[in-house]
Amino acid sequence: MLRYTLGRLLSGVITVWFIATATFLAMHAVPGDPLMNEKATTPEIRQNLAKKYGLDRPLPEQYVIFLSNMAQGDFGLSFTQQNRRVNDIIRDHFPVSAALGVLAIAFAAAGGILWGALTALYRNRLPDVIIMFLVILGISVPSFVFAALGQLALVNLNQWSGTSILPVAGWGTLSHMLVPSLVLGLGTMALLTRLMRSSMLEVVNEDYIKTAKAKGLSAPRIFFKHQLRNAILPVITVLGPQIAAITTGGFVVELVFAIPGLGRYFVQAVQQLDYTVIMGTTVFYGAFLVLMVIIVDIIYGFIDPRVRLK
Amino acid sequence: MLLSGLPNFIESTMTLRLIFCLLLCATQSHAFADAVDAASATVKIAIAQEPPQLNSMKATDQVSIFVLGHVMEGLTRYDRRGNLAPGVAERWELEDQSATFWLRKDAKWSNGDPVTAHDFVFAWRNVVNPSTASEYAFILYPVKNAEAINQGELPISDLGITAIDDHTLSVVLERPTGYFINLTAFITTFPVQEKFYQSRRDSYAADAKDMIYNGAFTLTDWVHSASLNMRKNPMYWNADAIKLNAIDADYITADTRARLNLFIDGKIAYTQLDGETYKDALNNQFRIKKFVTGSVYFLEYNYRPNRLTRNQNLRKAIQAAFDPEEFVNKVLQTPGNLPGRSLFPTWVKGVNATFRQEFPATVNKPDLVRARALLEQAKAELNVENIPPLIMLVSDSPTSTKQAEYMQGMLKTRLGLDIKIDVQTFKQRLAKMTSGDFDIVGAGWGPDFDDIMTFGDLFASWNLNNRGRYNNPEYDRLVRVAMNSSDPTTRMTAMAGLQTILYDEAVLLPMYEQGVIYLQHPKLKGMRRTVLGSDPDFTYARIAP
Repeated sequence: MLRYTLGRLLSGVITVWFIATATFLAMHAVPGDPLMNEKATTPEIRQNLAKKYGLDRPLPEQYVIFLSNMAQGDFGLSFTQQNRRVNDIIRDHFPVSAALGVLAIAFAAAGGILWGALTALYRNRLPDVIIMFLVILGISVPSFVFAALGQLALVNLNQWSGTSILPVAGWGTLSHMLVPSLVLGLGTMALLTRLMRSSMLEVVNEDYIKTAKAKGLSAPRIFFKHQLRNAILPVITVLGPQIAAITTGGFVVELVFAIPGLGRYFVQAVQQLDYTVIMGTTVFYGAFLVLMVIIVDIIYGFIDPRVRLK
Repeated sequence: MLLSGLPNFIESTMTLRLIFCLLLCATQSHAFADAVDAASATVKIAIAQEPPQLNSMKATDQVSIFVLGHVMEGLTRYDRRGNLAPGVAERWELEDQSATFWLRKDAKWSNGDPVTAHDFVFAWRNVVNPSTASEYAFILYPVKNAEAINQGELPISDLGITAIDDHTLSVVLERPTGYFINLTAFITTFPVQEKFYQSRRDSYAADAKDMIYNGAFTLTDWVHSASLNMRKNPMYWNADAIKLNAIDADYITADTRARLNLFIDGKIAYTQLDGETYKDALNNQFRIKKFVTGSVYFLEYNYRPNRLTRNQNLRKAIQAAFDPEEFVNKVLQTPGNLPGRSLFPTWVKGVNATFRQEFPATVNKPDLVRARALLEQAKAELNVENIPPLIMLVSDSPTSTKQAEYMQGMLKTRLGLDIKIDVQTFKQRLAKMTSGDFDIVGAGWGPDFDDIMTFGDLFASWNLNNRGRYNNPEYDRLVRVAMNSSDPTTRMTAMAGLQTILYDEAVLLPMYEQGVIYLQHPKLKGMRRTVLGSDPDFTYARIAP
C-alpha cells in the first residue's frame, strides 16, 4: 500500500511539472503584451517593468527561473495588482472558494446519491421520469443561468417577506453561502444522479443480490448493505476531480454573488494576461486536482478490497 | 422579468414567514443593515472590481482613482460644485514659468504627522523616476526636466520642485502651463510620506494598514475582492465639512445585474445601469438619472504606409455615410449618450464658456449621394475597381461588437464597402493597435485633467496614444501653439483649428459622447458625478433623515 501511494505521488509530481510547462509555453504563445495598458507608455517605462518581472530575459531563462521559484513555492508578484504576491492571492481566496465548494459538493453528493438511488428504485415510473428530466436540465443549463435565476428568486423572496431572509449577494456568513453553493453544486448533482442510477441498475442484476434475496434478507438491508455500497464506487471516482473543479472556484457564481473566491482571479488573469497569476493559479489548481485523484485512488482501496489485493 | 411571479405560488402566510425567519435570521448580523442609514451617516455601495493599485504614484484605473479621491488629497481638490478649491495648499500663485504653493499647517496624515512640502517632493520625484515605471508620469511633464528624467536622461534631483520650508512648495515649469494648478488635484500628484513609504516599500498600499491617509476618509478595512470600508478621517483639516461617517463598499462585482438586484433589495445606495438592466429598472419604476461621463468614442484610422485608410476621400465617404444621431438612438439604446461631433466633448472649457459653444463643431449630415461620389473618387485615386475588405479591430465586449456590426451593415448597404470585424481581447487588441495591425479601430478617450489639451494632443505625431500614426505638421504646429501659450484666446483658437482639420480631413470618425444612466437612493444627497477624478464623489454627500 505504501509503495503504491508513493508511486502515485511521484507520478503526480511529474504531472504537475508537465502542466506547469505546458501552461508556461501556451501563455507565452498567446499574442499580446502583458505590460501594455490602455494609456501608451514610453519605451523606458516598459523596459523598467519588463526588468521588474524578468520579462527582459530570454524565454528559456525565464522558464528556469520560474521553475526554481515554483519549487520553492514562490509564484512572484501579480501584474495587475503590482504590490500583491500571487501566493497571497491564493492564500486569501482559495479558502473562500473551498468553503463554498465543500458545501456545494455536500449538496451535490447527498442529492446525487439520494436521487440516483430513488430513480433506480422507481425505474421507469413517474418519480424516475421527473427526476431524470430535471437531471437533463441540470446538466445542460449553464451555471450562469442558474446563478441569475437563483439571485432573482432571492430578491423576490426578500421583497415578498418584507425583510432580508437571505442575502442577495456578498460574503461573510453561512447565509451568504447557501444559494451560491446550491447553484454551484447543481451540475455535479445532476451528473452524480445519473451515474448513481445506472450504477444501481447494474448492481441490481448481480448474483450476490440474488443470493441475498434468496437468503431472505430484508429489503432495506439488501438496499443499504449490498446495493448502495457496491453502486457508490463509480460515484466516488468522479467525486475526486469534481471536488477539485468545484472548490477552486466557479467564476460565474463568484461574480454574480460577489464572492471573493479564487475563480475570479483565475479567469481575469487570463483576460488580463497576468502571467504570474495565470501560472500560480493553474499550477495550484493542477496540483490540487492531481492530489484529489490520488486521494480517491487510496480511498478506493479501503472501500473496495479488490483494489488492495491487486 | 422571467421569474417575478414566482413567489406568488407560495401561500403568503405569516407562519411560513416566521418559520423562515426563525431558521435563517439567526445567522444574520450587521450584513443586513440598509443601503443608507441617517443615524450613523453610513452609505453602502458596490464597486465593480478590487482596486488594482492604491499607490497614488502608480494608479491609473477608475476604481483606484475613486478610492484614492476619498482617502487622499492633493495640493488642490474639487469642491461640492466641482470647482477647483484649496486642498493641502491654502493658497498658490502661478507665474509664467513657476508656481508657489503655501501649505496649510493643519493638514495631517492619519498617523498624526503633518503633511509637508517634502511629502510632495518625494512623491513627484518618485512618479517621474523611470524605475517607478509610473504610467501617468506624463501628467507631471509640465514640471521642469520631468520628461528628461522620466526618459532616464537626468537624475531625479533635477526635477523642478523644491520644498522651501515645511509649508512652502516651489515648482519651476518647463514652459508656460495655464492649466498647471488643475493638475495638482489629480491622484498622481498626491503626497506620499517618505518615512512611511520606506517602511513598507514593495507592499506600500497593498492593504489598509500599508497606507497612511490625508483625505476626508481613511481606509479602515479592506478584505480583498470582498469589501472595502472607508471611515471619516478625524485628522482631516476640513473634517467639520464632512457629513458622512462611513462609505462601505460591501460588494465587489462587475455584474451589473447583480448590482441592480442588490439595489432592489435595498443593500446599496447607488448603481450604474447598462442596456440590459435599464429595462428592469424601468419596470421597477425607479427614477433613472443621467450623466455624461466626459469620454468620447470614435473610430480611428490607420495612416501607416500602404494602408487604404490613408486615402482622405475614402475616409470622407465613410464620414458622409455615417449618421451619429441614428447611431446613438438605434445602436446604443440607453439614454444619455450624445451624438459624436468632435474629438472635444461638450463639457471642455473654452475661453469664457464651453469650447463647443464658442467654436461649434461641424454637424455631420449624412449625405449618401456625396458619400458615393467620394467613394468613386477614392477608388480612382487608389486605382482599384473595388475597395478590398477593411479590417475593423474592436474589443470583445458585447457593446463594441454590436457597434462594429452596425458599422459593418451600414457601410455595406450604403456604400457597398466590405468590413471584416476583428474581435480581440483587451491585451491582444492593444498589441494589434500598437503594431498597426488594423485599418479601422474602435477607440475611446477620457480626460486626465481639466484642460482641452487632454484631448488636443491625442493626434500629435509624437503622441504614443496616436496608434494610427496620423502625422500632419499643421496639426502638430497648432498643438505646440496651444502648449506654449498661456493666453486662453490663442490656445482655444489653435484648438478650433485642430477641430476643423479633424473634420475636414476626416482624421477620425466621432461616434458618441458617452453618457451613463444610474440609480441613486432617494435619501442619498450630495453625491457628485464628475468628469474628472474620483467619480462618483461621496466626499460632501449626506443622508437625509
